[in-house]
Amino acid sequence: MNFASFRSLAAKFLRPSQTHSEMDEELMSHIQHRADDLERQGSTRAEAERRARVEFGGQTRFKEECNEALGGNFFETLLQDTRFSLRGLRKSPGFLFVAVITLAFAIAANAVVFGILDGLILRPLNVPQSESLWGTAYGDNAMWQTYPNYLDLRARNHSFEDLAAFKFAFVGLKKDNDASLANGFATTGNYFDVLRIHPYLGRFFNSSDEHGPNSAPYVVLSYAYWHRTFLDDRSVLGRNVALNKHPFTIIGVAPPGFQGTLLFIDPDFFIPIVNQEQVDGEPLLNARANPDGIFEAFGHLKSGVTPAQGTADLNSVGSSLEKTYPKQFGHKTSSLVREGLTSFGGPARAFVFGLMLLASLILLAACANLGGLFSARAADRSREVALRLALGASAGRILRWLFTEAMLVSFAGGAAGLAVGIFLLRQLGNWRPFSGAALHIPVEPSLEVYVFALALALLSGFLFALLPARQVRRTDPYQIVKSGSTSRPGRRLAFRELLLIIQITICAVLVTSSMVAILGMTRSLYGHVGFEPRNTVLASVNLTMAGYTGDSVLDMQTRMIRALEAIPGADAAGLVDNYPPLVNLAGRRTNVFKQTANDLRPSNIALTPYRYDVSPDYLHAAQTALLAGRSFSWHDDKAAPKVAIVNRDFATRLFGSISGAIGKSFKAEDGSLTQIIGVVENGKYQVLTEDQQPAVFFSFLQSPMSAAFLIVRSKRDPQQIAAEIRTKLHALDPGLPLDTQTWDNLLHVVQFPSRVATIALGILGLMGAMLSLTGIFGMAAYSVSRRLKEFGIRLALGARRKNVLEAALGRPVKLLAFGSVAGLILGILASKVLESIVYQATPRDPFVLAAVIVSMSLLGLLATWIPARRVLSIDPLRLLRDE
Amino acid sequence: MPPSSAQLLPGTLDLLILKAVSLGPLHGYGVLLRIGQISNQALLIEQGALYPALFRLVRQGLLSATWGTSENNRRAKFYELTIAGRKRLRDETGAWNRLATAMGSALAAQPEEL
Repeated sequence: MNFASFRSLAAKFLRPSQTHSEMDEELMSHIQHRADDLERQGSTRAEAERRARVEFGGQTRFKEECNEALGGNFFETLLQDTRFSLRGLRKSPGFLFVAVITLAFAIAANAVVFGILDGLILRPLNVPQSESLWGTAYGDNAMWQTYPNYLDLRARNHSFEDLAAFKFAFVGLKKDNDASLANGFATTGNYFDVLRIHPYLGRFFNSSDEHGPNSAPYVVLSYAYWHRTFLDDRSVLGRNVALNKHPFTIIGVAPPGFQGTLLFIDPDFFIPIVNQEQVDGEPLLNARANPDGIFEAFGHLKSGVTPAQGTADLNSVGSSLEKTYPKQFGHKTSSLVREGLTSFGGPARAFVFGLMLLASLILLAACANLGGLFSARAADRSREVALRLALGASAGRILRWLFTEAMLVSFAGGAAGLAVGIFLLRQLGNWRPFSGAALHIPVEPSLEVYVFALALALLSGFLFALLPARQVRRTDPYQIVKSGSTSRPGRRLAFRELLLIIQITICAVLVTSSMVAILGMTRSLYGHVGFEPRNTVLASVNLTMAGYTGDSVLDMQTRMIRALEAIPGADAAGLVDNYPPLVNLAGRRTNVFKQTANDLRPSNIALTPYRYDVSPDYLHAAQTALLAGRSFSWHDDKAAPKVAIVNRDFATRLFGSISGAIGKSFKAEDGSLTQIIGVVENGKYQVLTEDQQPAVFFSFLQSPMSAAFLIVRSKRDPQQIAAEIRTKLHALDPGLPLDTQTWDNLLHVVQFPSRVATIALGILGLMGAMLSLTGIFGMAAYSVSRRLKEFGIRLALGARRKNVLEAALGRPVKLLAFGSVAGLILGILASKVLESIVYQATPRDPFVLAAVIVSMSLLGLLATWIPARRVLSIDPLRLLRDE
Repeated sequence: MPPSSAQLLPGTLDLLILKAVSLGPLHGYGVLLRIGQISNQALLIEQGALYPALFRLVRQGLLSATWGTSENNRRAKFYELTIAGRKRLRDETGAWNRLATAMGSALAAQPEEL
């Protein structure tokens, strides 16, 4: 490009309007010169100018060509198109509104789902070289494993550079004189070295700090906890804090972005796992059969080792350990898992991809919808398009204009959708679903989300602009200008109508699934789960945190029960060790052997029931019905023979019947015999959707444990009862860390996944409904506006309005019905998937069918209302006169 | 109307414009008249179609344009050959002549000459 051409280009960009007026002036000058010549040949001036103009030809067309010849007119044309499109859109605010809202819905849904995908699955842990970092699901595919096994695995494997491990530590943390609950990780000494991270302040502990049990009373704070609780005080290093009354020294603060090695949990602090006895109250690291030792072991695979090789290595170590310790260790299969998600990886991925699928369905439906809207609009304006074509605009130019319009709409819709999506993601990221636990969903609106949403919006804009483009390419201007719109309402299924059916089908699937989920959720809220959570208050008491040990634990627990029984209006007070059923997704299991079993190796286990250690009045307080036999008494203590109560499932599985179980015995892991004295009804223990599980109840007098829940049943106001519980218990020990909640509230945790699924499906269902509404509305409004003239003539010739209405809306309604039925069937098939997430979600329910049919019909009625009104208010006289 | 007018071959308009302007600076209408004059009114150019070609040549740097006053005392834009334009005219004229000669002898061939 030489200087002259650069100048002409530059002039165009810098002074586009000047270039334009110059062009005008030049063409005008030409016409004047020609007119001068013609005048000299004898015409009048006016006649000469007219002829000069005619001879010159289409000025607009030549100007366009000149513009193209000047080059670089892309932006100017774009600007022109944009201005033109904006003017067009302003003239039809209804269309604009419907289109933008439709797209905004779809983009918002996709932005949120993509944000979740990004936060949970795409974004790795915030540590160096996270791509080679793997967790181990070791042994029975469960996360928990024993500490000795971890040590052996660390020593014997050939695949990992090093293996670190962690478990959870829930403690009462006391700094100065201020005690609060805190959640942290107890980690192996090499934890931070394996993660290759460096402290923000002070130092981390490492392997050289570990010298046997309770040898390393050091605590590293997370940055967030330090910021929140210690207010960025740099002098915390070297200070002492008490964890469950044991002194620990703060030695460092972790870097800001580091939030532990489990995505859903922000630990407040990290302590060496060798000190776990001080926070757990009992040593858990020595027994090879005790799977409470560590939560997960992880490390970097050596370079050159593939995950498959790593898995094979894990399995060979596992089987050799099983051979060495057949009594304590049953190894099934091991696998590598994405660090950070642990074994939630599978379900989380499935859930997110399920959401992705639904969200893309929404987007697809929205695109189909918008495509329909745009092509209807293009058809409505076919006369305008034809005129422009006839006046010399190139088809390419018209297409550009249509695309500009689509892009404007998609940009507006994308921006609106993104704004909503960001808002929702922020809410989700700041949401702490359970007040007690540090659980959160690690999502935040990131650059990826913005780019994704806008790209998606523009892509869909491009897609739905393709439809009218097909129409324009086939336009014959002569025919259209002569006779109005060319196409007649045909019998054939138009492409547009097919799109509408697809869209309605998709939407009906969403509506059906959301109905199924909502119904199932409602049922699970009122279903019977083997106890009665209403009218109870639970108090969680961890006596280890308060410094109790040995026999004083049982003594204190007994005194607490007695004290709570004395609360006025309390019907019953009971105690359950560890966690009550369905609370915090926590359930302990125990291994049960037949009475006749002599060899207590893992392969001989008869049942693995949920295990609860309860006080005599627990069954009464929980209102778990006793089906046969007797309940525990205060005499079932250490001096008495070991007794147990089992649930119906346990009884029938092991002994064939309820009555057959009473008086029979089974063997526990330690080989001791336990006699069954009672059978209670079945219940749910860990999650609502679980299959029926066996359960066994022991007397807490025979197997004491320091962490327990006290249950008080009363019809009085739970707030008052909770206050009285606190007063009574603090009268016994003022320093007791306490947490009171209603059982109902705690059940929210267990309902959390289905609640989230229900909310997500509910929102998607609502979107589906909105989309069918706009889709049917667009189609009906279009079919009416297009045949208005025909209807006017029909009415003028004496047709009844009812018949005309039928002709106008019959087709949209038929499409709606067809799509709805197809969607309903697909939705019922799809709902089978839901049964695994939402308790009692059964799609083959007349109620669901009825609800879907009613809502789809209502949608149809709503969507055709305005077009129908328009048909009914046709005034044939005025209409025909206008034409 | 000229007695016999020839259809303009594609691509030849640019060459004609360069030739017309090489004989002296001209405004757009002047270019049109000059082409008519030097081709004995045999070559007809659609008036409007001249301008896209002029703009293209300016953009390619073969012509330069300045505003001035015409013989009719009207404001008009005058086009002049640049050095690059002059060179292009020379090259294209040579190419055209070779083509025309070749075409002429090809079309004049007689059976006995083969």
